[in-house]
Amino acid sequence: MPLESKRRFIDYFKNFNYEKLGSLIALAALFIISGIANPIFFRPLNIMNILRQISYVGTIALGMTFVIISGGIDLSVGSLMALLGGIMIIVINQFGGNVLAILIAMVVGAGLSVVLGFGTGLLITKGKIAPFIATLGTMAIYRSLVLYFANGGEYRSISSIYPKIGGGKIPLGESFFIPTPVIIFFVYAIICHIILDKTRFGRYVYAIGSNESAAIYSAIKVDRVKTMTYMIVGFSVFLTSLMLSSRMNSVSSTSAGLGFELDAIAAVVIGGTSMKGGRGWIWGTVFGAIILGIINNMLNLLNVSPYLQGAVKGLVIIGAVLIQRKRS
Amino acid sequence: MSKTILRAKKINKDFAGVQVLFDISISGERGQVHGLIGENGAGKSTLMKIIAGFLQPSSGRILIDNKPVNLKDPAMAKRMGITMIHQELNLVEDLKVYENIFLGKEIKQGMLLNKRNMIHRSKEILKELGEEEIDPLEDVRNLSVAKKQMVEIARAISENSRILIMDEPTSALTDYETEILFKLIKELKQKGVCIFYVSHRLKEVKEICDVVTVLRDGRVIGEYDVSNVSEVELANAMVGREIKNMYPQKPIPKDEVIIEVKNLNVPGLVKDVSFQLKKGEILGFAGLVGAGRTEMAEALVGLRKKASGEIFLNGEHVYINNYEDAKQLGISYLPEDRKQNGLVLDMNIVNNITLISLEKYMKLLIDKKKEMEKAKEYREKFDIRCRDLFQEVRYLSGGNQQKVVLSKCLEVEPQILILDEPTRGIDINTKYQIYQFIANFVKSEKSCIVISSELQEIIGLCNRVLVMREGKIVAELMGKEINEEEIILYATGIKEEVY
Ligand SMILES: Nc1ncnc2c1ncn2[C@@H]1O[C@H](COP(=O)(O)OP(=O)(O)OP(=O)(O)O)[C@@H](O)[C@H]1O
Ligand SMILES: [Mg+2]
Repeated sequence: MPLESKRRFIDYFKNFNYEKLGSLIALAALFIISGIANPIFFRPLNIMNILRQISYVGTIALGMTFVIISGGIDLSVGSLMALLGGIMIIVINQFGGNVLAILIAMVVGAGLSVVLGFGTGLLITKGKIAPFIATLGTMAIYRSLVLYFANGGEYRSISSIYPKIGGGKIPLGESFFIPTPVIIFFVYAIICHIILDKTRFGRYVYAIGSNESAAIYSAIKVDRVKTMTYMIVGFSVFLTSLMLSSRMNSVSSTSAGLGFELDAIAAVVIGGTSMKGGRGWIWGTVFGAIILGIINNMLNLLNVSPYLQGAVKGLVIIGAVLIQRKRS
Repeated sequence: MSKTILRAKKINKDFAGVQVLFDISISGERGQVHGLIGENGAGKSTLMKIIAGFLQPSSGRILIDNKPVNLKDPAMAKRMGITMIHQELNLVEDLKVYENIFLGKEIKQGMLLNKRNMIHRSKEILKELGEEEIDPLEDVRNLSVAKKQMVEIARAISENSRILIMDEPTSALTDYETEILFKLIKELKQKGVCIFYVSHRLKEVKEICDVVTVLRDGRVIGEYDVSNVSEVELANAMVGREIKNMYPQKPIPKDEVIIEVKNLNVPGLVKDVSFQLKKGEILGFAGLVGAGRTEMAEALVGLRKKASGEIFLNGEHVYINNYEDAKQLGISYLPEDRKQNGLVLDMNIVNNITLISLEKYMKLLIDKKKEMEKAKEYREKFDIRCRDLFQEVRYLSGGNQQKVVLSKCLEVEPQILILDEPTRGIDINTKYQIYQFIANFVKSEKSCIVISSELQEIIGLCNRVLVMREGKIVAELMGKEINEEEIILYATGIKEEVY
């Protein structure tokens, strides 16, 4: 190979570094293996099912990507999701369950999610509490409130139209549908990608996560940017909450959103985003979420005990981080 | 027993297919100081890192005491008695001074750490370095860059190595500390230590080294006996062409004052600093390490809280509470510590340059093409040597990183440029370009403050020099008064003036 083209070839892979390539390769491999292991896997219905299942945690993970790249973490997403879902259902029932009621509930839910995210941001930036601790606190508070309002039971919506949001499908041809959550997830992913990759805010998120001091010396308003990442993750939780609570038309105060924080963080990390901050990308998170979804699906198809699925997931996460380590 | 202790033979090194060292052979003798000079990116640090086990050569052999060794990691090199002081600071900011000095070689008493002993030893070593005032119990975070460098040196000394590598140890030091360091180097020489000394300061190389190897573009250009070669000859060998007069003609400042600072105070660091800066003026700040120059500059641009102080810009009272305010007013500051404050090492060159001025590149989204074009301009202007502009700055040589920070600093389009150690780690050729640039910059009614521990730079460049000592301005020197002796007399407090 002539030297110049050889260099370009190398450059290509240098810029497309392998923490990025890694998650893509893993996804492709997993896809093929799954198909061979069980041909049912390739059926459009099954694929759509996987995509629908991942869109819930996936949407939260998209927001989490911002927080993690900026060097933070948010553990409260699972309980926040339950809380927002519960409150939206209360509002819907208050206003009689019609379209207007649903709109009001959505505005309340979205507004509250962003306000709570803002509060978390303040705790972390002005209160100087470590993100892990601050969100561990809010996680406990949110869950407790959800349980309290429902008295440990369930929030049940009286609306007959609400389920159309999360349970809706867009037909594509004769017997093929795309569930609305899948559409929301991918559209939101595109928006998040644009924000992270092509706006000032996104650039600042990377800078802060990588070297906060240098960000300050670059006249970046570090506190504001950090707070905004928590507002974004809050809004992402609202989207998921909307999709899930409407699909079930109810929210369980004990089990809704349980463990979502771990799955969301796992998706981000598997996608090649560094827990140390400063590095990462949105599509990685999308791949990470799909990888988790495929693993779950395949284990189900292969009749692996659900009790063992956690172990497999754990191994994948550890493997992903090991690959990242190797790089640096 | 032969005097040669280390021999590196036919060392080649490439990074992902890009070769940076070509067939390099170099050797070191007991009791010898071996200088290593060359332009930014010539491969000096890379070569030294290979000898200290931080990098592996692609091919070539290293012999110690005539026995081939495989320095597969720094620990292995350490066992062979090799220690390296890196070009960039490598201290753990959150640990105390003594903990840093004994990092990885803690003194123990049974299972427990013998803190008392370590603190005591640290005191001794620091005293040897003339740094009695550094408290071993201080957090490293709170030290100035120069003090950190001295701690770094203390850590290396405490290894009692046979081969000591110093990669630009003095780039953050003033003449005063440099002198102490040289005394120490001479003592080590007496003890038979072999020292490799990397520097861009040819004067120092002449003074302290016995032999000097010149690298250019990854190749050895020659090895010279220092006593037979002049500074100019070395410079020419390094650059491959003749160097003209280093400093441009001094500009003629206007009469109007662009900025006036009145009674600036930072508790414990800066005391009642007042000065004026004229349009078209280059104003130098000289002083020993710890004199408060950096702190003064940081307080001025809002990066550090000031207890009091008023700032007048073009006669108008302005308030600068954070760096954003300063930026809006057209004041730009080049930080002293590039790794800590100047650069985001994970980001590429383009993004680092535009980080401070992204608003200029906004359409609806960031205009990446425009960013790229701007970055190309700077690459031309300062001769930034890189594989391409998407290369992460962590992979650039030290001097080239400095050029990136300087570019970033200009992105603000400042009318007042405050440069803190602007040519730290920069080679002669680029230094020359930067001096030219500063001279041109002030021609258009703009002004520049230069803080530098390199006296020659201050002397050669500035219209006026303010000398600081212990947080106060102790002298104002102009014209003929700007010379080495005067500055040192005031900086050390031997001579006092009521300013
Ligand atoms: N880890 C790395 N990956 C890729 N390229 C590298 C890496 N480290 C160094 N380089 C390249 O190798 C060349 C030599 O770098 P080196 O740091 O040895 O220069 P130097 O002579 O020490 O320069 P300076 O005077 O600026 O410190 C440079 O072009 C640099 O970009
Ligand atoms: Mg170097």
